[in-house]
Amino acid sequence: MSRRTSVGIGRTRVPLGPVYGLMLLFLYFPIALLFLFSFSTNTVLTFPLRGFTVDRYREGFGDAALLEAARNSVVVGIGAASIATALGLGVSIAVSRFRFRGRLGLFALAGLPLIVPFVVLGVSLFLLFNLADLPRSLFAIAAGHTVIALPFATLILLARMGGLDPALEDAAMDLGATYPVTLRRVVLPVMVPTILSAWLTCFIVSFDEVAIALFLAGGDPTFPVFLYGQLRFAQRLPVLIAMAVTLTMLTVTLTLIAFRLGRRKE
Amino acid sequence: MLGRRGALRFLALPPYVWLAVFFLAPLLLIVAISFRPETGPIDFDDPWTFTIAQYQRILETPAYLRRLGMSVVVALVVATAATVLAYPIAYFLAFRARERAVFFLVLLLIPFAVSYLLRVMAWRLMLGGEGAINSLLEWLGVISAPLDLLIYSPVAVVVTLIYVWIPFAALPVYAALQRIERGHLEAAADLGAGPWTRFARVTVPLSLPGAVAAFFMVFIPTVGEYVTPSLVGGTEGYMYGNIIQDFFSQAASWATGAALAVIMLLLTLALVAVALRLIDVRRLAS
Repeated sequence: MSRRTSVGIGRTRVPLGPVYGLMLLFLYFPIALLFLFSFSTNTVLTFPLRGFTVDRYREGFGDAALLEAARNSVVVGIGAASIATALGLGVSIAVSRFRFRGRLGLFALAGLPLIVPFVVLGVSLFLLFNLADLPRSLFAIAAGHTVIALPFATLILLARMGGLDPALEDAAMDLGATYPVTLRRVVLPVMVPTILSAWLTCFIVSFDEVAIALFLAGGDPTFPVFLYGQLRFAQRLPVLIAMAVTLTMLTVTLTLIAFRLGRRKE
Repeated sequence: MLGRRGALRFLALPPYVWLAVFFLAPLLLIVAISFRPETGPIDFDDPWTFTIAQYQRILETPAYLRRLGMSVVVALVVATAATVLAYPIAYFLAFRARERAVFFLVLLLIPFAVSYLLRVMAWRLMLGGEGAINSLLEWLGVISAPLDLLIYSPVAVVVTLIYVWIPFAALPVYAALQRIERGHLEAAADLGAGPWTRFARVTVPLSLPGAVAAFFMVFIPTVGEYVTPSLVGGTEGYMYGNIIQDFFSQAASWATGAALAVIMLLLTLALVAVALRLIDVRRLAS
């Protein structure tokens, strides 16, 4: 009996394996084409692809402005990810371990940036910095990115805090540890992989973000802002794509690390 | 000695303050600015005067409202298509992939992690006048000259954005499908429900919160899009977000742009209010 049902569960007789395969093909094919293009001697986005060259990559790594933009993205990403993760950790501990007025409000507020279109947040921050007479800058971009990364940090950290037995903390405090010491010596060590996973996720959110950054970039652009600004110059395209492909390798690697860390249980 | 209550302040206060300064304050500011009269860049030393002139101007300009309608339609189509296409992917991962689920999930995460701008550029390569699709069709002899309606059109924007969002949409649906108790399906089977009935009456309703979440997680960024339309949309594919952006760059009428942005914000908040009636957020908090 149980054998029959367990075999039947979830079976709708639609061959979903091939469907999944086709979907993966659909998802990978355009990227693969672009990847091939970055090694071709073609100068515009057309077919057929002609010769093979690594000149685009050589040229890209010799382009000071491009490298500077990539460096800026790393700086903004580190700043935004660190602040968003720290704030998200605060939210997740407060929401999961305390009963207080405004608990639901704090949770809702930390998630709210998810439902504000980036263009709205971008122009709002642009106006705020103008009003405050602060220059558009990498700091402005990082501030915007902390806001949009915070919901991701909070959700990732909250899920892990929810699965962590509060009895651990009670035990530490029964043994005489103050609450801050309990957090530092008991909660944080257990949370390290999740914190790293949240940090990497926030870094990737920031590193790839362009819609908000375009409004907030001053003299020095992040890489996506630089890329967007240069895309209209057709002759620059092959080099830009080569460098974007290179940096994407970084974000793909970080995503997979974040995924691995996020899956580690106990 | 710092007690638990004292610690709470250190945990909860910084996020409140940070979001008040960099999230709530700018949103309140843009609402305030949308009621200013200026039609150029704003000098904030000028006195604050209140007028609804910006909103009147917008409501009297059918072109803006048409773009808003078009953006909503584009976002509806993209969000629906991405969710529907993501569903079988998520279903496969949750029910069919079994011990290889992690492997298949990783295969899905890779395109998701590829730079957004790069994925948009990939579709310029696909849809362009001498791009992949035109070249293939010509080589096959289906067409004799490149179709130029592929790129720089609303269709190009829709196709590109569906492509961009599919992996992202699959994640909440997958999470919802994974949470379904297998016992419910077994019970349905024991009561004589066939596979399709089980799917329609048990799986789909239980996965609905995930699907609704996926829909809105695609709809909201799409309705405010301006980057993808500017790269593949051409003049026909120009969206409401592009108009907002124009008012902060070329046209530089900040108050008008602010009013346009407030309209977009109110629209998305209204839609999310509807969504919250469909999925219970309180459950996520506890």
